[in-house]
Amino acid sequence: MEQFFQQLLNGLFQGSIYALIALGYTMVYGVLRFINFAHGDVFMLGAFTAFGLHKWLGPTFAAIPWPVSLALTLLISMVVCAVLGMVVERLAYRPLRNRPRLNVLITAIGVSLFIEYTGQLAFGATQRPFPELIPRTAIANTGGLTISIAQVVVLATTVLLLVGLRFIVMKTKMGLAMRALSLNPTASTLMGVNNGVVISFTFGLGSALAAAGGILYASLYPSIEPFMGVQPGLKAFVAAVLGGIGNIPGAALGGLIIGITETLVKGYSQNVGIPSGYSEGVAFVILILILVFKPSGLLGKVEREKV
Amino acid sequence: MKRRHFVIPTAALTLAAAFGLSSCKKTDDSVINIGEVAALTGGTATFGQSSHNGTQMAVDEINAAGGLLGKQIKLHTEDDQSKQGEAGIVAKKLISRSKISALLGEVASGRSLEMAPIAQAAGVPMISPASTNPKVTEAGDYVFRVCFIDPFQGTVMSKFALSKGWKKVAILTDSKQDYSVGLTEFFKKHFAANGGTIVGEQSYGSGDKDFKAQLTAIKGGAPDAIFASGYYNEVALIAVQARELGVSAPLLGGDGWDSPSLIEVGGDAMEGCYFSNHFSNEDQAPAIQDFVKKYEAKHGAKPDAMAALGYDSAKILFDAIKRANSVDGPALRDAIAATKEYEGITGKITLDSQRNATKPAVILTIKDGKVVYTETIAP
Repeated sequence: MEQFFQQLLNGLFQGSIYALIALGYTMVYGVLRFINFAHGDVFMLGAFTAFGLHKWLGPTFAAIPWPVSLALTLLISMVVCAVLGMVVERLAYRPLRNRPRLNVLITAIGVSLFIEYTGQLAFGATQRPFPELIPRTAIANTGGLTISIAQVVVLATTVLLLVGLRFIVMKTKMGLAMRALSLNPTASTLMGVNNGVVISFTFGLGSALAAAGGILYASLYPSIEPFMGVQPGLKAFVAAVLGGIGNIPGAALGGLIIGITETLVKGYSQNVGIPSGYSEGVAFVILILILVFKPSGLLGKVEREKV
Repeated sequence: MKRRHFVIPTAALTLAAAFGLSSCKKTDDSVINIGEVAALTGGTATFGQSSHNGTQMAVDEINAAGGLLGKQIKLHTEDDQSKQGEAGIVAKKLISRSKISALLGEVASGRSLEMAPIAQAAGVPMISPASTNPKVTEAGDYVFRVCFIDPFQGTVMSKFALSKGWKKVAILTDSKQDYSVGLTEFFKKHFAANGGTIVGEQSYGSGDKDFKAQLTAIKGGAPDAIFASGYYNEVALIAVQARELGVSAPLLGGDGWDSPSLIEVGGDAMEGCYFSNHFSNEDQAPAIQDFVKKYEAKHGAKPDAMAALGYDSAKILFDAIKRANSVDGPALRDAIAATKEYEGITGKITLDSQRNATKPAVILTIKDGKVVYTETIAP
């Protein structure tokens, strides 16, 4: 029983990371109806920005308490990646704005590969150790359950960012414009919304979330390399679809479900004779099931689309 | 009309003949073409980079000494990006386009298994520096290796665990790597037959980052040690997460751990863990220290086993070319097969009838952030 609860906890923390990345996917989709496949790569860039910052400002960071240095690292990396996200949007996606959606999708894959291989060229192919931004020491050890500070911080940050995002989308003027744009781009222009600015902002926000995800992920699994965003990006995408793509609480829910199921499968599949290495498939089996039985996702609304 | 029909094929034939001749001339150049497949980028990049550095060093040395058979050696290196599938493609490319006389590589068994049948079919001798899975050389009589094989390595680690008095061992295998699966198999066989108990068996896939689920399950069995037979990048993360979960049992592994990255990423979590390897750069034998010094001067770091094996694989090939006095496939094959008591950096190398090297293994431990020699176990 104790082991089961530990597995649930493991899954919860793993899921919160997926949720965080899924938020970025779902938001860009919610506003623009387009999957930004380069999201996982911005996630990687976020981790590398934090890595670079610590190389550069290491002694300064070591002198101040870790929550302060963590907050600084998160903030700076999020801003850097937000700018990067906007630049990518400006250069790669904006020229295609009134083109068929398939063109944009293929471009996104191209952008993703471009960032990955440029990353490999710039940072080298070997993995690097990620600095310990958050202490990985265990805080609770009650009843055989272990939770580390890093895990709690990750969960808390995910909740914080989720609430913050919800606030931006629901309570601010920019959020109102985002929702208007997602409902009908032409009408929103007629109502005085500057679509270009709103789309840029959406990309910036999404990329900032990805950067935060990358840093927290690297804090839990302290090795970074240029392709580190591929797998989590894919899982988070599945999570976003599972929750109902475009739906923010849905992304969070989807992330948690994927994380917990995956961990339970890894932990217990051996008991029924399936090697735990095959747990990878679980996320995708879930995706297929969802697409078959509830294509709009768990919290998604059914939308009729003309093809 | 008729005339025209005749002219075009003739012109085409002439052109083809001209190209054919020119390409013939190209292969008959004043160099010996040797191919190398290595993982210079990707998940196991330090393996490829090290083995390539070693191989390149051997090539540079022989060229500086005047080459072989009066010709210079030209090394064609291809990067397989640590990808399954890519190794076979680049091996084919080397054979058909670069017209190589022999093929060196790969370090990873899974990727050598792809290349071996291709080399065999083309009649190009292949020497793998570090693939320890037994199946690699079973591909045919053109495939060799200069390292020991997994049954030996798995047995060595099992013997070592038993000698330490560890009776309960849990196992964590990388199910995507033939190497890891093989090592686990032979460890289990020997360990169970000699009074040990396996108290948990889990697996993962290369590229995974989260091992908490498997480690939580393993923790339940309260093992004395954990046999983690995968490659360094996952093992480092496994160690970190094991300590986080409060699992203090030492990890054991094979030569797939041999990378500076293991300690960089694993840090304190790797302290007191053990792995078997082909050589130790602390070995005070003059030949080894000479190699270490030369390597360090060139690459600014001490050579790992992959570098030494890369060097040895190239040197054995050159030795065979010299003895065969030819780079012709069958002649070269026979010369490599006849390698006896060759004094390599990684030990005395004799190729047996299965084309495998029989050599002792060293056990290394991680102490104060350094890899330290512990003992040598003979076959």
